[in-house]
Amino acid sequence: MAEVEETLKRIQGQKGVQGIIIVNSEGIPIKTTLDNASTMQYAGLLHQLVMKARSTVRDIDPQNDLTFMRVRSKKNEIMIAPDKDYFLIVIQNPSD
Amino acid sequence: MRVIGHPDDIFPMVLTSATQKLFGCLADEDVTGESPYKLLKKDDIIQDIKTRAAVSDFSPVKQTVLDYPEDEILLVFDRDFTYDQCFYLALTPEAKKRILNPPEPETPEVLENEVNKTPEPRKWIPQGSEQEVEKESVKETREKLCFKCSIVRRKFGAPVCFSDRNAADAKDAFLECPSYEDSRFSIKQMQRDCGIQAVPKLWSSSAQTQWKVLNNNSTQYMPREQSDEERESILKSKSLKNFLNSVTPRVLHALQQTEIMNVFIDDWKALGAGNDDSDFFGQVSEGLMLFRALSDQTHTKNKKISCVNWHPTIYGIIAVALTEKKKEQLNESTKVDVRPSLIIFYSFSDTSGPQLLLECPDDIFAFEFCPSDPNIVVGGCINGQVVLWDISAHVTHLQGTQAGGKKSSINPDTFDLDDNKEKKTPIVCYCAVSSIESGLKAPITDVQWLPPTFEVTRTGLAVENKSNLSIQVVTCSPEGSIMFWDVRATKLSRHSASGKKQKADQKSQMAPFSVPDTFKHLDQTWKPLFRIDTSGEYAPLKFSLEHYTCYENNTGVTTEGNENDDSSEVIPDYSQLRVPSAKTLKTLEDVNTKLYVGTEDGEIVYADWKLLKDDSGRLNSEKPLHCSSIHHWIVNTVQRSPFFKDIILTVGAWDFAIWREGVMGGPIIQSPSSEQVYTVGCWSLSRPAVFFLGKEDGSIEVWNLLAKTGAPVQVYAHVTKAKITCIKPWTASTSKQHFLAVTDDLAVVHVFRIPKTFYVPSRSEYLNVRKYFELEEDRLKDLLRRKELWAKEKKEIEELKKKLEPEMPKTTLEEEEEKDIKDYKDFLMLEESVLKDLGLWQDTSKKE
Repeated sequence: MAEVEETLKRIQGQKGVQGIIIVNSEGIPIKTTLDNASTMQYAGLLHQLVMKARSTVRDIDPQNDLTFMRVRSKKNEIMIAPDKDYFLIVIQNPSD
Repeated sequence: MRVIGHPDDIFPMVLTSATQKLFGCLADEDVTGESPYKLLKKDDIIQDIKTRAAVSDFSPVKQTVLDYPEDEILLVFDRDFTYDQCFYLALTPEAKKRILNPPEPETPEVLENEVNKTPEPRKWIPQGSEQEVEKESVKETREKLCFKCSIVRRKFGAPVCFSDRNAADAKDAFLECPSYEDSRFSIKQMQRDCGIQAVPKLWSSSAQTQWKVLNNNSTQYMPREQSDEERESILKSKSLKNFLNSVTPRVLHALQQTEIMNVFIDDWKALGAGNDDSDFFGQVSEGLMLFRALSDQTHTKNKKISCVNWHPTIYGIIAVALTEKKKEQLNESTKVDVRPSLIIFYSFSDTSGPQLLLECPDDIFAFEFCPSDPNIVVGGCINGQVVLWDISAHVTHLQGTQAGGKKSSINPDTFDLDDNKEKKTPIVCYCAVSSIESGLKAPITDVQWLPPTFEVTRTGLAVENKSNLSIQVVTCSPEGSIMFWDVRATKLSRHSASGKKQKADQKSQMAPFSVPDTFKHLDQTWKPLFRIDTSGEYAPLKFSLEHYTCYENNTGVTTEGNENDDSSEVIPDYSQLRVPSAKTLKTLEDVNTKLYVGTEDGEIVYADWKLLKDDSGRLNSEKPLHCSSIHHWIVNTVQRSPFFKDIILTVGAWDFAIWREGVMGGPIIQSPSSEQVYTVGCWSLSRPAVFFLGKEDGSIEVWNLLAKTGAPVQVYAHVTKAKITCIKPWTASTSKQHFLAVTDDLAVVHVFRIPKTFYVPSRSEYLNVRKYFELEEDRLKDLLRRKELWAKEKKEIEELKKKLEPEMPKTTLEEEEEKDIKDYKDFLMLEESVLKDLGLWQDTSKKE
């Protein structure tokens, strides 16, 4: 439990990080640093996106798999690191 | 040529000369090369065979000859010995024929004009079809029978009567030969020719299915959540730990990447954006372009402008308040030469003259449009009265000036009649004025509406504003009080309002426009809601309060509020609004109830307007939280930045200062003193770092906090001929024009177009300015801290110094005298002892 906290603290300590969400494979958030409404929104929407992206990658080459996903928008950048059972969503606001 | 074999039906033989002679085929005599053929009779050969039996030459072919069908057999003289003998016999008639009639070798005919012979009809070769035809054809099998019948002669020409008769009635009237099935044969027809034509059969049919498939019309869903225990358990699980361990390096890597460099930045564009930023180049090429200079000779002679305001919604309308120039008039309420004090409305598009005149009871020093309803104007008079106008009747007129002269051409009938009227500017009389008893002796110098988001009760508590309209006004005057006024009817005023006549009847020199009775309930009886008394400590001139924006919408009222915004024709009925009792309204805790007040003596006072109960139980205003005397003369501007809620600009006579709310130590930025007197200042509406200052000699200074903090970025010298009295910027959102209205002592309103450099914000200017303010604040805090530290150090040093010095008991005068006496006594004793030693002691006491 403490390790989880520590890891999250490390990530949070990076410059510009606005929020971190850990989501399980079904899209239900487990741990978050944002408020509930935003968390639900991010989890639901990004879960679908990651599933789609992963299936795309695997359709093209079944040996391949999705390792990381970055969505860059005007205001911030959303990074999703998928895994077998969970995924980690980090929202960063680049400094400039 | 010699042929080895011979065909089967050729029999080569040798004929003896006797045989030759017998048959008359002597070689080279009867038969020669030219005519080698000889036909021999079959009977003769048989005769010969019979006669000579085995000796006959024909004996080997005896059988063949006997079988020979024809009578004559061919014998051929073979001169060339083609078949090895000199004669040969054709054994068959075919061979005979063949030899006799050798097929002629085809000789190629000379193809000279070979004419194709038209194909002649060939002979019909019956194949058997004529039999079928014959079968099918119909032929008469017997002769036709002929019957002749005629009627009796006597009946010729007799009248005839025809009638109908059913054939079935009479017996034997007709004869029929019905067909019957003949039992003699029952041939089944096995084959019959018939013709078939296929015709597509069309029919239409329909089917209807029952809708058994259920379809979702609408769905309501809720995000799934996990219970806390599950969450705890998952957090503790090992798989999560592994996951995090594996994922974290990637994430950190990516985070660092974005932090280090922004790969999406367009360097060229970023460079190009600097073109608009004049700070970079340090020089401004454009000056303030004069857009309009508005003045009206008839009304503005000998007057100066005390306050200018843009109309919040109508484009191009400016209102200015005119006051008399001479200062002695402050105390006089009546003048011999009465010229009504006016607020004049100018319009961009119609430069013929003022569009609207608002009549005031006295000179107005400050006025403002109501933010929720731009038809209401409140003003503060020189004699301390607060005045309200309602210009809703003339809004269309004001708006009509936008389109130029088009509106007048719409109604041609009344054009001539209106001609005179249009030349005369409509005058609106004030519809409510505060009561004289509550009037002050000092002029009201600043008037502001409270924003429609909150209202204030009698004790100064901020409560929610259910009506979403601006209904309260705050005024201040140098007499020493800040007063809150409510536009709505209180219980007291309702009684007296009924007995009042309309003001319009009394004024005959005005155009007969009736005064709208929007505020009739307030007229003459308007009293302030409550007042903050500074008890003479300071004389407030200008103030600034924080505009509270409420993010929580009051239920059911927002739609009403929105409607008001959309259709400005819906004017709320102010007489119907009542001041609600304080208990029913929700107190808004987060409203900032503190004001920044600039005073006559150059102090900036930060006070809370909430009234508190003091010891005697009376409501009293709090002591100001902070007061600092920064400027050396009167403070003429206290204004909050439109971008930062807690940054205030105060302009004194020779310098200006920027304050941050909450920082009590002093201004975060203070400018160096200038040589010229600043008369007014205002923030730019579009750039957070820019503000304009007007000076006494008619020039405008433009300051940009990000470029230079010690000097203005640009000075526009002598834009007006006289002292600048007011500056107000305006952004026309529809046409993207940025104007600056500058008014001066000669009552001329100059409208300038702000050059692009000063209204286009530089990149991330807001952030930069905020950072700058924070820096300055830190610097100030640091300075204050250091000052404290120094003061403390100094004190410590002094104390230390005192401690280090030897203990010198503080001796009083008497103590010192005693000391002296003691010393003298000691001395005397000493003298005595010394003289005794010397033997010179004269004991004076002994002698006696």
